[in-house]
Amino acid sequence: MINIPVLRWGVPYESLETDEVIHHRTGEVLASVGQANPGLLARDMRKAARAREVLREIPIKDLIEMMKKAGDLYLNATLPLGDGEQTPDDFARQQSASTGLPEHMCKFNMEKNHFVLNHMDQIFDALTRGLDLEILQRGFGVEERGVPVSYQAQSPVLGMVLPSNSPGVHTLWMPVIPMQIGLVLKPGPQEPWTPYRMFAAFTEAGVPKEAIGIYPGGGDMGAETVSRCGRVMIFGSTQTVKNYSGNEQVQVHGPGYSKILLGDDVVDQWEDYLDLMADSIYKNSGRGCINCSGVWASRHTDEIAEALAEKVGPYEVKDPTDPEAGLAAFTVPGQAEAIWGMIEEGCKESGTTHVTEKHGARLEQMERCDYIRPTILHCDSPDLKMANTEYMFPFTSVVKCPQEKMIEKISGTLVASAITNDETWAAQLTDATNIDRLNIGAMPTIALNWLQPHEGSIVDFLFNARAYQTPDERLQRLCAQ
Amino acid sequence: MADLDTQIQEARAAIDAHVADIVHWHFSPETGCSFWLDWARDAGWDPAVEVKCLDDLLAKFPNFQDEWLRDKQPEVWVPKAFLGKPFNIFETGGTTGMPKQRIGWNDYKVDYSEFSDTLDDAAFPRDHYWLMVGPTGPRRLRLSIEHLANVRGCSCYFVDLDPRWVKRLIKEKQFDQAKAYMEHVVDQATTIMKNRSVSALFTTPKLLESIAERYENEGSSLYDAGVRGVFCGGTTMDPQYTRFLCEELLENKIGFVPTYGNTLMGLAKHKPLTTEDKYSITYYAPQPRALMRVLNPETGAPVGYGEWGRVELTTLTKEFFMPRFLERDEAIRREPIEQYPWDGVAEVRPFGALTKKIVEGVY
Repeated sequence: MINIPVLRWGVPYESLETDEVIHHRTGEVLASVGQANPGLLARDMRKAARAREVLREIPIKDLIEMMKKAGDLYLNATLPLGDGEQTPDDFARQQSASTGLPEHMCKFNMEKNHFVLNHMDQIFDALTRGLDLEILQRGFGVEERGVPVSYQAQSPVLGMVLPSNSPGVHTLWMPVIPMQIGLVLKPGPQEPWTPYRMFAAFTEAGVPKEAIGIYPGGGDMGAETVSRCGRVMIFGSTQTVKNYSGNEQVQVHGPGYSKILLGDDVVDQWEDYLDLMADSIYKNSGRGCINCSGVWASRHTDEIAEALAEKVGPYEVKDPTDPEAGLAAFTVPGQAEAIWGMIEEGCKESGTTHVTEKHGARLEQMERCDYIRPTILHCDSPDLKMANTEYMFPFTSVVKCPQEKMIEKISGTLVASAITNDETWAAQLTDATNIDRLNIGAMPTIALNWLQPHEGSIVDFLFNARAYQTPDERLQRLCAQ
Repeated sequence: MADLDTQIQEARAAIDAHVADIVHWHFSPETGCSFWLDWARDAGWDPAVEVKCLDDLLAKFPNFQDEWLRDKQPEVWVPKAFLGKPFNIFETGGTTGMPKQRIGWNDYKVDYSEFSDTLDDAAFPRDHYWLMVGPTGPRRLRLSIEHLANVRGCSCYFVDLDPRWVKRLIKEKQFDQAKAYMEHVVDQATTIMKNRSVSALFTTPKLLESIAERYENEGSSLYDAGVRGVFCGGTTMDPQYTRFLCEELLENKIGFVPTYGNTLMGLAKHKPLTTEDKYSITYYAPQPRALMRVLNPETGAPVGYGEWGRVELTTLTKEFFMPRFLERDEAIRREPIEQYPWDGVAEVRPFGALTKKIVEGVY
């Protein structure tokens, strides 16, 4: 068992209160994680400005190089972790054991994180839309077109209240350090692994440890992170999203409700897109916000639902170490049972059919964890309760809805893959403000282009673009330095 | 160890004798109050005759019902020996609706005079001023702290905090309002501290954090502000939190005296912290005037030493008799020590704290 301390601006602090991270199948204690009391963060935030100061002493281009090196270390090196060490294989095994995600998916996530770190220059260029790094570093400068611009950091640190159930979200905070903004990380109780391994990789690559604090703890620690950091990213339910609506200090990442929309012009050839639909539902355990939770079409929906059920319904629960394992365990006691209860309740509504029923029981309960096998419902109206639902396993409702009503009825949608050649409809989809990421054409919802911002640009969140006027002579002198 | 065993036996003998004396007092028509005399008549047995020791009391009395303190008029609790003497009406902490009320005359002075004898004069200088920042109003605590300052030769300033309002704000998710109220309280406290000479502070842990933070944001500290001793109570103080208070806010330079208690029982004193304690605070009831036990919530039997259970309080004074009241707290049962040769309760926290969300707020 590894003892993992609180990190107060990089300095280990042995808390007297600890929380055990448990293997979801064997019950083995994987780590004992020191718990921070909120007062620690309150005090440490008085030194938050220092986190940005130490980063500003390093040019952004050098920090970007450090990120590339850190990516390699994260993927390949044995790194310190608490009072022990961690190999890359240890990391994947530990992450799988505590989150329930199959090991090969944890390794895939490592590759993804490595990709982001290793392509930080390109990602940075995409996020800043080609901004000269010197301008971000200095806070002002002159764009290529000759116009003075200024970017003002809104907080010396970004607070991250991280989830336990989705290791994929960590890519969101990786560009923050090269933006010369410090990090205050509150890990999810079951996923301390990525924040600590990233800290080890970052600092070994040259990032000053004073730029990062890691404060594990309970709900009160999350609330303290939100209240103390000038900019915070949190992950939560639809209710959480509503709670922080309009709060410019908080960026909330909620459920995705991502969907595939089949246009009337292609729906008769729906079989051509079956693999694409199944991949969008099932890949990476169906747990992500970009996994498809709804397939919408105006006709053939019964057949589509049957075919999807035939394809994904038979998938079995496999050991998390099995390279073929496709399902992630629910490691929070009672969670899977509660979710399945909601689905059963929803299926009682007339017009809603559980199509995977014939492929055996969906809920599989084990001693310390549970699984829900892939589940496909059919809804013969977009107004049914289950027509717009998302759960953290491969789950999709195939919804019958006229094309002309789809944009209105799908509500908030993180990723919409609209398969159509109808340019009129495509234009309407492009204008739809309830769709965040839009794919037009035969593209799975899970296909991410890392060079395009995800759910709101981190640059816009952390920096304020503002007017900045000064005599030309001063501007040119300072920009020439 | 033999000495401690002897002390334990002596303490046990003392409480046995005290129980017999107090029960006889409350259940005798010449001295008892109407509530207990009526209760005994309805129960069909005579405690004045049948209760001769602590075990008798624990075996024969059911749990005290706190509803009695809400539903009954205060006169029913007046022992006949106190008839005609005006009494204080004290209310319990942060509840809403009709509060529990306990009447009293002199008990709080006895508790706090005895408590004063345990305080270190270096941390709580005699003849110097106190400040109480916490629930005043109808609470016994307000008069108690003033008495404590008085018996130590000086006076006390007060800043009120209404815990009922804070709980309501938190329950209604009006967190901004709760924060603003907290700031309002801290404003008043630091105004007193900056304009008057105060060396001893009574407050709740959360308010202590906020007051310290205010000073530190101004580049100062509680120590620089002249505070030499902090007497703290009111909410959970687990080991990590206690360490945080001692190391970071009090800088290991300010005396720290955590206490556990309430209007119904009185004041439980803490075992002075040593390195071996690892900031785990153990409290000891003011025996024989009150008794604390830690019970298995399922069986009602005492848990073993080092085990968690629900706290049960018994108050045994001539002013007030409260047998076996189940407190809404849980704690670890700890062994007797030389200073207090009877069971202690440690790491007190709200009952069920691990399984449900408890609103403690700033109080």
